[in-house]
Amino acid sequence: MSETWDVVVIGGGPAGLAAALGARRAGASRILVLERDRKLGGILNQCIHDGFGLFLYNESISGPEYAERLSEDVLKEGISCETGAMVLDLSGGLVLRVNERSGYRLVKAGAVVLAMGCRERTREMIEIPGTRPAGIFTAGSAQNLVNLQNIRIGRRAAILGSGDIGLIMARRLRFEGIEVAGVFEIMPWTSGLERNVRQCLMDFGIPLELSTTVVEIRGRDRVEAVVVARVDEGLKPVAGTERVVPCDTLLLSVGLIPENELSKRAGVGLSPLTGGAVVDETLMTSVPGVFSCGNVLHIHDVADFASHEGFAAGASAARYAAGERAAGERCRVTPGAEIRYAVPQIVRAGAANLELNFRVARPQKSCTVLVRGAASGKTYLKKKYSRLLPSELQKVLVRQAVEEDLEIVCHG
Amino acid sequence: MADPDHGRANSTPVGATDIFDVAVIGGGVVGCAVLRELSRYRLRLVLLEREADLAEGVTKANSGVIHAGFNVPPGSLKARTNVAGLRFVYGLAAALSVPHRKTGKLVIALTDDERPSLEELKAQGDRSGTPDLAIVGESEIRAIEPLARGRWALYSPHTGIISPYEFTIALAESARRNGACVLLETAVTGVEFGGGLFWLQTPRGVVTARRVVNSAGLFADEVASTAGITDYRIFPYRGEYLITDKDPGVTLRLPIYPVPPKNDPGLGIHITPTMEGNILLGPSAEPVEDKQDRASTREVMDRLKDEAARLVPELRRAPFIHSYAGLRPKLVDPRGRALFKDFVIEESAVRPGWVNMAGIESPGLTAAPALAEMVVDILGAGLDFELKPDFDEELPPSTRFAALGDSDRAARVARDADWGEMVCRCEHVTRAEVVAALRNPLGARTMDAVKRRTRCGMGRCQGGFCTPRIVEIMQDEGLALDRITKRGGGSRLFFGRLKDGPE
Repeated sequence: MSETWDVVVIGGGPAGLAAALGARRAGASRILVLERDRKLGGILNQCIHDGFGLFLYNESISGPEYAERLSEDVLKEGISCETGAMVLDLSGGLVLRVNERSGYRLVKAGAVVLAMGCRERTREMIEIPGTRPAGIFTAGSAQNLVNLQNIRIGRRAAILGSGDIGLIMARRLRFEGIEVAGVFEIMPWTSGLERNVRQCLMDFGIPLELSTTVVEIRGRDRVEAVVVARVDEGLKPVAGTERVVPCDTLLLSVGLIPENELSKRAGVGLSPLTGGAVVDETLMTSVPGVFSCGNVLHIHDVADFASHEGFAAGASAARYAAGERAAGERCRVTPGAEIRYAVPQIVRAGAANLELNFRVARPQKSCTVLVRGAASGKTYLKKKYSRLLPSELQKVLVRQAVEEDLEIVCHG
Repeated sequence: MADPDHGRANSTPVGATDIFDVAVIGGGVVGCAVLRELSRYRLRLVLLEREADLAEGVTKANSGVIHAGFNVPPGSLKARTNVAGLRFVYGLAAALSVPHRKTGKLVIALTDDERPSLEELKAQGDRSGTPDLAIVGESEIRAIEPLARGRWALYSPHTGIISPYEFTIALAESARRNGACVLLETAVTGVEFGGGLFWLQTPRGVVTARRVVNSAGLFADEVASTAGITDYRIFPYRGEYLITDKDPGVTLRLPIYPVPPKNDPGLGIHITPTMEGNILLGPSAEPVEDKQDRASTREVMDRLKDEAARLVPELRRAPFIHSYAGLRPKLVDPRGRALFKDFVIEESAVRPGWVNMAGIESPGLTAAPALAEMVVDILGAGLDFELKPDFDEELPPSTRFAALGDSDRAARVARDADWGEMVCRCEHVTRAEVVAALRNPLGARTMDAVKRRTRCGMGRCQGGFCTPRIVEIMQDEGLALDRITKRGGGSRLFFGRLKDGPE
């Protein structure tokens, strides 16, 4: 194979572009970014609302602006970027099969960064009974059609799920004169960010109904109504609480799933808790030379955090491509009481300044998060919070060198 | 090649000056098989389908099983045409390049008590001429299908699987290649008679034909009654399905059926692999009022999983990517006592030249080629249908990018850049394939038509990725935004642009 790169980044969104920059700053010279969309930035390009860049650029900018700034930095660095380029296969030998209009080819990499982002959960994954008419869209597809293709997707919409894209789309539809019958969330709390609940729903008087779900879709050709019902603590619909909500469109914002089809084919070990790869503190997966960052690793709330992780993964990939190998015994990081997941899941003994991402399993008030030795009980970190929400990804820094398996817990 | 209608757009109104020798009403597997069989002869043929694509009715939602003929009473038309159809359906599928596989099938008895039912099925099959049936025990069950659990099983080695809609589309395309005309969105709303001709009223105008075949499936009774034939009543029985992701780590080799439940209008909830590697669970069998009621219900979705897990416990951990429901066109009245009614294939006594095909449910898919021969015999009785010397038996295979090796992929993309543009991330479908689907010779241009021809939207993201892309390609191919539908009729996807001005 003639074509060889130091680092190949799969995906040119907030994580992938940052990974390319991270790789450059860590000394990699031949870097290739492969983006399947027509423009660098990935999904950022359809996110025309603001709120991006608060951490990376210290100001609030729109998704396309964020994409533009990051792409400019990448292009200024002379990093090769190909758009409309889809990676179809990745082998453990770090060979990629790439298809694009200019040709189909095999590419060999010294290290690979996975930054493919995520996909949306569908109607079928949550098994909503009823008919199968036109007018059912995932929130992200709707965002593409509305924001990039200027298409009126309906006249009156119901939104199931309070994920951030659903909240953003509720406001977006309202702006475009499409009525929003309501946002329905099965959990007793919203899954999107609080600021989005406030700025997208409350400011516009769009009703939000918690502990409520869609139990049936009606309409033969086009959606005519959805039936919603309250759910009990076991999330089962309560008989007698059904209500018909007339609408011609149903948007689904019922969760995101890291898009790891390629990773699976490459033999990358996945975590059932995150849906993403199991990684060590360098963000390397179980396949040597393959790194993961952004939404394909675990779902982030804000693009800036995905980029932050991208910089780190890119730097690690560059060092790997240059021949550096992490040493030390592999210690596990396990989520304990009230913690849904923690990333990374593996830390090399001796590693210090470990950045640990975690989410709580449910809302917490005035609580303490502890990172401690699983065997010794030694406290590596203790941090107090007035409030923690499952919708908000948290980061803590463990400064001390890790010597053993760790556990992260949250106490009320 | 004989193709007098080549270039006729399907939107062209049909003039009354066109006199067809035969009009086939209904483009399911049966109607398309009849059309294709008739296209062997020097005849002017037209198929009228009310929906925006073929296979949109009964055909689109069944298990896709090529049956071996042991589930129906010996001597019945169902048994005879099933066993006859079995003999040539594999060869036909191969000639038309329709993916299919002879998998075999297991009917499983979970207890010793159920074994006599297997013996009955075997005896029934033996009498009808089903080849090579055998009763096998636990260890053989495991050897045939490691995932299956059971005490005894009836093993039918000649049963197989095929995609019913791909088969149907291929039959129609073959017929069209051999000169037949196919008109979509052309419902027959009335019939007049005169000059020895049938004058079929449709939204496109009057279609005139010397003979008519009514293969309208669920609507066969209504179509017959427009011609004054009131002999039939079709009762819709809904069958719900669930379909698994291709990547659940559960791979099934062959269809697994339970012992047919007594007093059940179906064959019982079974488990069927698809050609693509998904697994179907279902169908249920419930009589419904509305011939379009394809709703799924929570209760049945749960029941499908429970019953399937009895036969294949591994399915407990399988992820499902889609649910759907189909309808069976039964002659069995749900309020009556009879559980069995045979296929009806007959020329109307009151309307000579008009042939009705009613109650074509399971095993209609397998029987279709044999039923088609029967219909040709009826239509041709006393007439000398002249065989065309240039009849083309075959259809070339359509190329799937996903199935190609590296060098073929590279060559295709080098020749046509559209092969380099990925439209579907789950099934790895390219723009070239979507464009080819939109330019299909039958003129079906809905989202579902693209889905059935390319597999776009059949993967685990269920169209989340490809839908916006296909919408763009459809417009590039000349379809106006407001004419983009899921499956024709009122199933429009959009309501115009949000903002005016340059795009």
